[in-house]
Amino acid sequence: MPKRTDINKILLIGSGPIVIGQACEFDYSGTQACKALKEEGYKIVLVNSNPATIMTDPEFADSTYIEPITIEIVERIIDKERPDALLPTMGGQTALNMAVALSEKGLLKKYNLELIGASYEAIHKAENREAFRQAMWRIGIKTPESFYARTTFEAEHALNLIGFPVIVRPSFTMGGSGGNIAYNREEFEDYVEWGLKASPVGEILVERSILGWKEFELEVMRDIKDNVVIVCSIENFDPMGIHTGDSITVAPAQTLTDKEYQVMRDAAIAIMREIGVDTGGSNIQFGVNPKDGELVFIEMNPRVSRSSALASKATGFPIAKIAAKLAVGYTLDEIKNDITKVTPVSFEPTIDYVVVKIPRFAFEKFPNTDATLTTQMKSVGEAMAIGRTFKESMQKAIRSLEIDSYGLEEGIYEKDITAEKKRDIIVEKLKTPNWERIWFIADAIRSGMGADEIGSLTGIDPWFINNIREIVEIEAELQGSRVHGLKGSSDNLMTPRSLDPYLLRRVKEYGFSDVRIAGLIGKDEDQIRALRSGLKITPSYKRVDTCGAEFEAHTPYLYSTYEPECESGPTNRKKVMILGGGPNRIGQGIEFDYCCVHGAFALREEGYETIMVNCNPETVSTDYDTSDRLYFEPLTKEDVLNIIDTERPDGVVIQFGGQTPLKLAVPLERAGVKILGTSPDSIDMAEDRERFKALVDRLKLRQPESGIARSTDEAVSIASKISYPLLVRPSYVLGGRAMEIVYSEDNLREYMIRAVKTSPEHPVLIDKYLEDAIEVDVDAISDGFDTVIGGIMEHIEEAGVHSGDSACVLPPFSLDEGIIKEIRRQTYALSGGLNVVGLMNVQFAVKDGEVFILEVNPRASRTIPFVSKTTGIPLAKLAMKVMIGRRLSAFGLSEERVVGHIAVKEAVFPFNKFKGVDTILGPEMKSTGEVMGIDDNFGSAFLKAQAAAGVLLPSRGRVFISVKDSDKPKIVPAAKLLSAMGFSISATKGTALFLENNGIEVSSVNKVKEGRPHIVDHTKNGEIALIINTVGDKISQSDSYSIRRSAITDNIPYFTTIGGANAAVKGIEAARSRGIDVKPLQGYHT
Amino acid sequence: MVMKKAILALADGRIFAGRSFGAEGETTGEVVFNTSMAGYQEVLTDPSYKGQIVTMTCPLIGNYGVNDEDIESPGPVVEGFIVKEACRFPSNWRSQKGIDQYLRDNGIVGIEGIDTRALTVHIRKHGAQQGVISTEDLDQDSLINKARSAPGMVGRDLVKLVTCPDSYKWEEGRWGLGTGYRKQEKVSAEKAPRFLVVAYDFGIKRNILRLLVDAGCDVMVVPAHTSYEQVLDLNPDGIFLSNGPGDPEGVGYAIKNITEFVGKRPVFGICLGHQLLALALGGKTYKLKFGHRGGNQPVMDLTTKKVEITTQNHGFAVDIDSIGGNMELTHINLNDNTVEGMRHKSLPLFSVQYHPESSPGPHDSRYLFDSFVTMMRDYRKGRG
Repeated sequence: MPKRTDINKILLIGSGPIVIGQACEFDYSGTQACKALKEEGYKIVLVNSNPATIMTDPEFADSTYIEPITIEIVERIIDKERPDALLPTMGGQTALNMAVALSEKGLLKKYNLELIGASYEAIHKAENREAFRQAMWRIGIKTPESFYARTTFEAEHALNLIGFPVIVRPSFTMGGSGGNIAYNREEFEDYVEWGLKASPVGEILVERSILGWKEFELEVMRDIKDNVVIVCSIENFDPMGIHTGDSITVAPAQTLTDKEYQVMRDAAIAIMREIGVDTGGSNIQFGVNPKDGELVFIEMNPRVSRSSALASKATGFPIAKIAAKLAVGYTLDEIKNDITKVTPVSFEPTIDYVVVKIPRFAFEKFPNTDATLTTQMKSVGEAMAIGRTFKESMQKAIRSLEIDSYGLEEGIYEKDITAEKKRDIIVEKLKTPNWERIWFIADAIRSGMGADEIGSLTGIDPWFINNIREIVEIEAELQGSRVHGLKGSSDNLMTPRSLDPYLLRRVKEYGFSDVRIAGLIGKDEDQIRALRSGLKITPSYKRVDTCGAEFEAHTPYLYSTYEPECESGPTNRKKVMILGGGPNRIGQGIEFDYCCVHGAFALREEGYETIMVNCNPETVSTDYDTSDRLYFEPLTKEDVLNIIDTERPDGVVIQFGGQTPLKLAVPLERAGVKILGTSPDSIDMAEDRERFKALVDRLKLRQPESGIARSTDEAVSIASKISYPLLVRPSYVLGGRAMEIVYSEDNLREYMIRAVKTSPEHPVLIDKYLEDAIEVDVDAISDGFDTVIGGIMEHIEEAGVHSGDSACVLPPFSLDEGIIKEIRRQTYALSGGLNVVGLMNVQFAVKDGEVFILEVNPRASRTIPFVSKTTGIPLAKLAMKVMIGRRLSAFGLSEERVVGHIAVKEAVFPFNKFKGVDTILGPEMKSTGEVMGIDDNFGSAFLKAQAAAGVLLPSRGRVFISVKDSDKPKIVPAAKLLSAMGFSISATKGTALFLENNGIEVSSVNKVKEGRPHIVDHTKNGEIALIINTVGDKISQSDSYSIRRSAITDNIPYFTTIGGANAAVKGIEAARSRGIDVKPLQGYHT
Repeated sequence: MVMKKAILALADGRIFAGRSFGAEGETTGEVVFNTSMAGYQEVLTDPSYKGQIVTMTCPLIGNYGVNDEDIESPGPVVEGFIVKEACRFPSNWRSQKGIDQYLRDNGIVGIEGIDTRALTVHIRKHGAQQGVISTEDLDQDSLINKARSAPGMVGRDLVKLVTCPDSYKWEEGRWGLGTGYRKQEKVSAEKAPRFLVVAYDFGIKRNILRLLVDAGCDVMVVPAHTSYEQVLDLNPDGIFLSNGPGDPEGVGYAIKNITEFVGKRPVFGICLGHQLLALALGGKTYKLKFGHRGGNQPVMDLTTKKVEITTQNHGFAVDIDSIGGNMELTHINLNDNTVEGMRHKSLPLFSVQYHPESSPGPHDSRYLFDSFVTMMRDYRKGRG
């Protein structure tokens, strides 16, 4: 059937900020959908609050609304744009929930808006667990016994019928939010309460646990003519009980016979038909009893999901793009396969390799949370690897994580640990699901445990364990060969004679990295590389082609392996290679992928061939049509150099992908690779404290006073010179890891003891902490001759809060022109001093009219997309162009663009996923994503940014204020304004007294330790509309912890800084005086 | 692990070095690739692979072992088996044996550690061709000569090597998870009246028989050389022409018999049976460059315009235009537009090139067995 002509304008809803459970994959799907629909001539209206996405680039839609995805705002957009159809399946659970809400409020009907891709009925049936269970019963598909409940009483009843262990899942959430396994009554009650709150409809499912069963997923597509294809099967390495987002997963399914697989396929197709997903893709999860193959259905997502992004990358079948085309009426047989160019997509991809996806966690950022893996997703990112065998793919996946692991290294145990004790530790680590389990499986094998024993402790299929066993066995063989090679001589090992080339080749076929091989035989990485190259043991590249080589592949989508035949087929064109950012993590996420993608687009415009290297399956950069050639590979020195050896690019771009490629700058340059843009030496100058200090001195600029301490005594003596408070951190850490502010010598001593214990080899860096300073971020671009400022952003939170966690405003809202001028001058000076070619980010602190430099990063920063969206200048693209020698003046960019509107960037935190974690902001970054609010005044822009981050500022009610002493005078104006706007004010005694003395009417509330009813009782009772809570030292932090925690669980807006509180008051004021209006990005830049 | 060397040589001189797996020895055959990701045991036991050495594009083979149920004939039929990595530690609740042992027990020579993707690309570019696997003779030139002198597929009768010696009744229905194969009595209770089908065994896959039983047929399997008189004497409601190996033109006796009963009884043909039917009707067949083998081939039913994901295993195809006016095209392959199905405009005859019984593969096309039963029912009615 041809495409529909009765619709012209389509509304697409994005997924909003990156949160745990919803990451870049929805930028990937949304971008594909935009492109596919535009290609078909439809007008696109897009709403997404996340500025760091490619889809919100103004050229991807006709009207791009970077606005909060709330029902009020979306209605306004619909009212203004009057689209004909809404495609809700590309923006994760956020978009699907919004479609449901619009439908249930009668707004779809009111605006005559048709849902395409999934009907309301289908969404409802798929998402409402009770409706789903009944549907499955009708078609004879087994589900785990379950009951839904809307009250604790109903939940109790369900528990009585099922018994422990039992799973409690809230309805209509993504990422398994609130889904947990309860083993006892206490846990059960806890989870029920949690789940009822976490579900937007206040409903939970109480379900029989099939813990330990095998878990499988199928990615299914259906078109309007009822053609159904399975795009990919996925087998989870980890058994049921661990969220699939937190599981290592493998494609295709490995341990099912065809008969069993076809039973699953038939069930999936029956489910698609019964649920009525008319067009598009769905993800369907099954559990299989390893003892008898009993198959139960677990859940389905009637939309594009994280797994479909993975399946797309794993197979080369672009699910989102095709789903978009199906939604407008095409059928699968009418769409051609991009890769083969001659065959239709109405087929099932076959893959002749093994794909392994491995999650990346951030537990080190949240030390107080339980790191056990459960049905609630906790990982923040993932890496995918492709290899010809599971062993190869698994080992590539491990090193793709960039956690300093290059294989299945042995764990670190106490010295002289007894075998028995070690075994106990291993057994414990096998029994409790945790992210390090794969390494412990290897250790278990080393300690003599068998696959069956490990299988029964972990619930992991012996097939996987035996593959790990083979890896461990060949390690031993390799180590044995070393002994053999060295026997009887002081012979240099690094000769082909002493290390059996056949064995080395086999080891490489097993996916071993040079680093790991070197570690096993006591050599270094470069020696192994040299040895391999002498023996001609080098990787070949194979294509991902959807068809197992049955048809010719026209897209160079490649992965490395150690096989005789290479299909890379490099060209002789002018070419540039871009290194991506690897798996998402806190501190390095979608912003960097955005920059890499822009780099690729810019190079294409300039007539270069682009080569992308990345291993993150969620991203737009790993879409095979983003660049000319895609290498889906780990971003390690070895893997990158191998590609360079094959491709021989004219230059390599390392300044877009965050820290990942930056770390490779020096080793790549040493290997003779041409690094484009700012030189590795300049990068080093900016990163190296001593060298940077010298530069700052030379430029006659100022930094906060600082010192380096190798012992506690040294630290104390430095502190006495530069005075408290201090910012302390271990050297060589990223993203503010383990960074703290200390106010006293006691604090400092305590910190030093901890720091020295965890990392004795690294000294501690000590900086003067500029209390109450205003932090400013500047993004600039330079072509080596001219430097132009992209944007100057003023932080709302004071300096000391990690810049990634701080809200910021463009243009600055409180700095005077003199300061801004000085910031400009210093930025130019630094750009010149570092010979920047490309992007540069500078963080300044302004205190008492003076400007201090905190940090310079001569690379793309997290704020590049935000600045680009705000100013309309595509900084990353221009940076790419200047890196290949173009001048800024050629693009008419000679000075920064002054905008008449105001944009606020706000961070989004994963606190609701981590029980027991404090929400206080500090120098260590904790946010996973960001949103943007844009309007013509600060208050409205801030209000929107908050709404987009899920914080709906109240217009009336009771405000609770509890601030540290030094903040008491500063909160008075905000309190007065709130009071004047009709809010009632409650405060803890000290704050209350101070406010009262300043003429504010206030009631006093007990702190938690002061007896009941206390503040948490009030928050739990829903009596508090807004919380303002600032704290000083660790003790007051722990006193007020339960207040902030209850703000999270009870979803009450809260602010933990004075800056934030003041901004919130402005936002509330704006809401009251102006209401809220929407405007597309295109309207701001014309 | 001590591993014995093995070499695969192709007639055009390409050599692949690997390691022995399964039985040791030497074997020749036409080297073809199959793109199914699961179902290697069904592939090994599919008699249509007689005369062929099969490589799986899926790199990991043997993961779930082998069992007594997943067979399409009594044992493996392939001449040789080529894989990237053979699994020595199968894991599945139905597994009874590892694939290495299975091939060894059945004397099938295998080779592993091969760049099977390179081999597949080679076959795609240069066509399916004769090859030899040897663990005994490792001399490349000698092996290439052996490959060159091995008999080709064109014109050869491989059917006689795989057909049953005597006719027999088949009484097993389809497989179910947790229940295994069901017995015919169970099916009979559900489906009445039943239809007597005589199934010509040109190398028949058991799943065809199972699905015929399930559709409501009493099945009598007869050897390939059975004469049309003997078949008609059984007074069947319908005649089924099975799949089988090789070139249809090599099976002249079958073509002759088909010519005799066409129009006298409803006929349903699959794969080789479809090609033989075409030849019997005066049409032509031709050899494809490397054939279709796998479980992901898109076929469009031209009547409903719906797409089925099908299992295929054929090296030859029917030229529909050569048959003439009375046969019409019913199914086409969407990858290359080759003929996948046809039916007679007035007589009760239809056939498909692909495998609606799948095994291994998707179950999308099982409706064809019901179509056959409907045809027989209508025919019975028509005869009063």
